[in-house]
Amino acid sequence: MSSIPVIAQSAGPGAARWAARRRGRATGGANRRPGWVTYAILAVVLLIAVYPLYYTLQLASSDAVSIARNPIPGLAPEGNLFANIAEVLGGRVPFGKAFVNSMIISVSAAVSVVAFSTLAGFSFAKLRYRGRGPLLVFVIATMAVPTQLGIVPMFILFTELGWANNLIGVIVPAMVSAFGVFWMTQYLDQALPYELIEAARVDGASMIRTFWHVALPAARPAAAMLALFTFVQHWVAFFWPFIILTSNNPTLPMAVQLLQANYFTDYSLVMAGVLVTTFPLLILFVVAGRQLVSGIMAGAVKG
Amino acid sequence: MGFRQRMGRWDVKVSPYLYISPFFILFAVVGAFPLLYTAFVSVHEWNLLGGQGEFVGLTNYRDVFAQPTFLKAIGNTFSIFALSSVPQVIAALALAAVLNANLRAKTFWRMGVLLPFIVAPVAVGLIFGRLFADDSGLVNALLTQIGMEPLGWHSDRLTSHIAIATMVNFRWTGYNTLIFLAAMQAVPQELYEAAIIDGAGRLRQFFSVTVPQLRPTIIFVIITATIGGLQIFDEPRLFDDQGLGGPSRNWMTVAMYMYDVGWGNQKNFGRAAAIAWLLFLLIIVVALVNFLVSRRIATSDSPRGAARLLARGSGDAGRTPTAGATGPTTSSKET
Repeated sequence: MSSIPVIAQSAGPGAARWAARRRGRATGGANRRPGWVTYAILAVVLLIAVYPLYYTLQLASSDAVSIARNPIPGLAPEGNLFANIAEVLGGRVPFGKAFVNSMIISVSAAVSVVAFSTLAGFSFAKLRYRGRGPLLVFVIATMAVPTQLGIVPMFILFTELGWANNLIGVIVPAMVSAFGVFWMTQYLDQALPYELIEAARVDGASMIRTFWHVALPAARPAAAMLALFTFVQHWVAFFWPFIILTSNNPTLPMAVQLLQANYFTDYSLVMAGVLVTTFPLLILFVVAGRQLVSGIMAGAVKG
Repeated sequence: MGFRQRMGRWDVKVSPYLYISPFFILFAVVGAFPLLYTAFVSVHEWNLLGGQGEFVGLTNYRDVFAQPTFLKAIGNTFSIFALSSVPQVIAALALAAVLNANLRAKTFWRMGVLLPFIVAPVAVGLIFGRLFADDSGLVNALLTQIGMEPLGWHSDRLTSHIAIATMVNFRWTGYNTLIFLAAMQAVPQELYEAAIIDGAGRLRQFFSVTVPQLRPTIIFVIITATIGGLQIFDEPRLFDDQGLGGPSRNWMTVAMYMYDVGWGNQKNFGRAAAIAWLLFLLIIVVALVNFLVSRRIATSDSPRGAARLLARGSGDAGRTPTAGATGPTTSSKET
């Protein structure tokens, strides 16, 4: 009777955990739980990460007089939050338009980057052809090129094409990503067995059908992460939209900049606007922050 | 050969190139071409309104160097970059070591350090612009409370650089922490076991095992930070409501100056292109220097130390120290 728990621990699903725990004890505790000091350090770090956002809330819920009088805001937010948000949303900065613009740009970029990266990743990881290696090296090398510095000719070219002050002008440069190609190549290289491709080919599927029915389903987890990253990246991007769009047709980060120009006399309104623009990504972070974390960590070790 | 068969062979031959072509075509149009064409624009008279003028040789470069603001902007950019990259890498390494413990609620803490990453740089600029406000800013109020003089975050040059570097560090430290953490988890456990048997304490393990094993990751993070950091624009632009780096251009960076010359006061594309091209060369040089330096720093005392520990240590000594460690080569989400 008494051996049953031991068997349950040393065989079956619990075995690995049990062995790990025993090993941890034997080597003097790489697996030991850390003490309270570690958690105290982490709590301070967390406070530093969260406080600037809470400070935004504190300012957004107060008013100009109160900000000038109490540089150290009270711990609890004051009562003007919704009034401030309403005033900013109804004011001169076109938030609704900015939100729609940012959404269109970020979603288009995410969809396009994922589509083209998966296609290229399938080709680089699983197809055999002349020049494949050097071409992949070229793609990776372009990651180190500061293409942002080509803005002067880009601006000239896009103005010629009639893309100035047009969302197309922001979307087109965002449609591919060297990182995305590299990321999908890495992933498909290990996640997609050759047998599946061969089976599809033997069944008479064309290349594009093979991609659609075999590679694309296999790529789904990595594609989701890439979509998430691309979305965030373009949601917060400021420099190029600021140059190619105008302030009556802005993205959200441009709207943030306009806030400062319009309301610099009353920072409770500026911060209310900042809060409004940060809120959508906060929601996304709550929903998908876990994926963001594992995406960054996966990207760091493969390669 | 039948039509279908011929189509099939064509499909196999052409498809691989077809699938990678979107990247290359778009990179050529919106990446390589503009960058190269920048050099062409930079040797011409060229205005926002007037368009292309005559060939002027290196006049634009001479004009740019003759403007004291340009040299000041280069100094500012380097200063902000140094203040943000060095502390950031050190803090991220330390924080990753803390997170690498066998924590409860791992994911919670990891998400916690990543939170600042989702705040847009422009928003960070506004928030920290307030935190570091000269009058009625939180930081100065706290300094006064503990009996110190308030600092001129918007009036003193170095102090303003510290404030802006703080914004960069706020947003990117957690992100780099997670990259380091992932690399730390790939360090083979035997190295630590050998170190423990040799009597190495926690600190010694960190410097003689962890840091050398993380070398490729550290180099990668430093290079990415260089490329992104020297192009910094958003945070300093939003640090005050004028966006020109303060009355004496104390925190105007090269990218801000390029914007000001091209689209702000001068509307001079020729000069803006010259600035862009100079910044491009600067980034390449600094990235190369950083690569060489960081490679040296990370090699100097280390893998040998780890190998020595391992050789003297446990029965697993036959394994090479680099066996399970995979180096990263990823991601420049910054750009």
